[in-house]
Amino acid sequence: MSSWIELAVLFLILSNFALLGASRVTTLIQVAAGQGILLGLLPLLAHAKQGNLRLIAVALIAGLLKGVIFPVMLGRALREANIRREVEPFVGYSLSLILGVFALACSFWIASRLPATALFLSRKALPAAFSTILTGFFMIVARRKALTQVLGYLVLENGIYLFSISLGQKIPFAVELGVLLDVFVAVFVMGIAMFHINREFDHLDVGQLSALKD
Amino acid sequence: MILSLILVPAAAGVAAFLIRSSLLLRVLLAAVGLFHIIFTAKAWLIRPQPALGGWLAADAPGLIFLSLVSVLFLAAAVYGAGYLKGEPSGERMDFEEGDLFSNAPEARFVGCLLFFLATMTAACLSRHFGLFWVATEATTLSSAPLIFFHRHHRSLEATWKYLLICSVGIALALLGNSFLAAAGPGLPMDLDGLLAQAARLNRTWLKGAFLLFLIGYGTKMGLAPLHTWLPDAHSESPSLVSALLSGALLNCSFLGILRLQQVLSAAGEAAFGQELLVIFGLMSMGVAAAFVQGQGDYKRMLAYSSVEHMGVLALGVGLGSAGAFGAMLHAVNHSVIKAMLFLVAGNILSVYKTKSALEVRGALRILPLSGALWLAGLLAISGSPPFGAFLSEFVILKAALDQGQILVAVFYLIFLAMVFVGMATTVLGMALGDASRSPHKEGWSRTFPPAILAACSLLLGIHIPEPLRAALKTTAHVVLQQGG
Repeated sequence: MSSWIELAVLFLILSNFALLGASRVTTLIQVAAGQGILLGLLPLLAHAKQGNLRLIAVALIAGLLKGVIFPVMLGRALREANIRREVEPFVGYSLSLILGVFALACSFWIASRLPATALFLSRKALPAAFSTILTGFFMIVARRKALTQVLGYLVLENGIYLFSISLGQKIPFAVELGVLLDVFVAVFVMGIAMFHINREFDHLDVGQLSALKD
Repeated sequence: MILSLILVPAAAGVAAFLIRSSLLLRVLLAAVGLFHIIFTAKAWLIRPQPALGGWLAADAPGLIFLSLVSVLFLAAAVYGAGYLKGEPSGERMDFEEGDLFSNAPEARFVGCLLFFLATMTAACLSRHFGLFWVATEATTLSSAPLIFFHRHHRSLEATWKYLLICSVGIALALLGNSFLAAAGPGLPMDLDGLLAQAARLNRTWLKGAFLLFLIGYGTKMGLAPLHTWLPDAHSESPSLVSALLSGALLNCSFLGILRLQQVLSAAGEAAFGQELLVIFGLMSMGVAAAFVQGQGDYKRMLAYSSVEHMGVLALGVGLGSAGAFGAMLHAVNHSVIKAMLFLVAGNILSVYKTKSALEVRGALRILPLSGALWLAGLLAISGSPPFGAFLSEFVILKAALDQGQILVAVFYLIFLAMVFVGMATTVLGMALGDASRSPHKEGWSRTFPPAILAACSLLLGIHIPEPLRAALKTTAHVVLQQGG
């Protein structure tokens, strides 16, 4: 069973590198969707025997949102707004990958410094969580499109979600649903804002958003 | 009773999306504001029963911030009636760049305002860290469309920055929640549960959680260097929204930091949080002091002043229990005055049609009442007697001196003085001087709310009502109460 988890963690770390190195927005959406489905499955794999109904419900909703609904929403935005498919990075792909390796090393270091606590998944999930969080940050800062920033936000949320499930945090059901609802509405509102950015500037390049400064 | 404070505005928000008549929308806005303030006032007299198993309760800090939300919302609702009436429909010229733009539908604006009220109320009242997070993120989402009321590319840019920076910031606070859970595995995440078991919490995880809270909620509160969204959002949104963002929303995020400081203190680690708060507080004041100088846009100037005052709040709590009392009192004073200033700025903006401070001259003559309030606001916000902020800023100064933190006190005074000079040059230039146009008749709905707020600020400087003083004292006490 723990080998399942280790395999999933390995896939997550690899998917982070895919996110850093991919040059097409569609690939990014697909990889993020893969991460979402994996995260939805993870608690089920780890706790398959107990069959806790609440756990299954949350995992299914989270997997559905992160793995299906968000990618479909973003994919639609991509088609309807007629966005160019290249990622158009501020920071080049190879440098991004090198920074990704560095971030992974940092993640292992941070995870090794954290004191022991009751863990739900294997301890190996913690570095993967941090590396996913850092990848999300990097995508928000180093990619030019509004759409890739939203994807970065989703990847960041994925990392935080992984962290919270690897702790097996006893979050009340209502709060967990509230968090997922918030993330859903956030993506929805960002989608509307993207629609307006696209109409206003004819493309989704946040480099254009630079009128306000001191 | 507590639930109705959240559910009624939320239900009204849903209803607003379906209402076509703009008159009905404005009445709804004011009616909900009135309902909210009556129920909040009632909560001061009789503390309501906690709801949802103690997750929602009106404790002292929550009630103080809730009252600020309530008062400012009612002021904004009354002001909004006149404001929305004055907004032309259809496409019109953007006075800054000459492009055409139109407004978002009024029903959407009013609906989001009501959702904003519901979510801020939920944030003020929640005593569960998970629920607080959900409510705080919801405040971001419900207020983002408000910033994009005037649909031009500058407000769009401000909305995008606000959404993204605050959502990412708050995501870090969510990570902080997980750290908090790791500090005490199996413990419930509500305030009472954590306080009772504070001695058992793992210190490293707890400190990590505080750091993440400070960065996460600090982003939304506008602490430097995480404040970058704030001047844009405050300057581009309609003035009544700026008033609510600055006076009500920033406090709500501060509450998240205060709540965790309370747990930290109970675990016997108060000093860790306080040192960080002093550093972030002084940094915010310093950044604001630098950017206020020669600030050409008067709404941006007010925004930077908010950054400064958020710094004062953080600094006050960092300076021990006397300072925390001063900080809470200052939160009240700041909210009231800053909301008033933003509302007045809206009046000036709609007559002069420019946000450039250099192009506004003779406001005292053209807008006698708003001009006078603008000047009074300058005195009030910079802490001149007899306004309330004088008292609270003095209490914080005294706390710093009593603690022997001479260097902190010196920087505090220097930054306050710098902001005063920077703001005074701008504000005086706008109020005085010759005006080439004739006096403008001001509607009561746009002058009455700021006038009332100014009067409140003056009254707070003369006398602090006893229940408020007691609540401020309780807050200052519980936030820094050492245990373990």
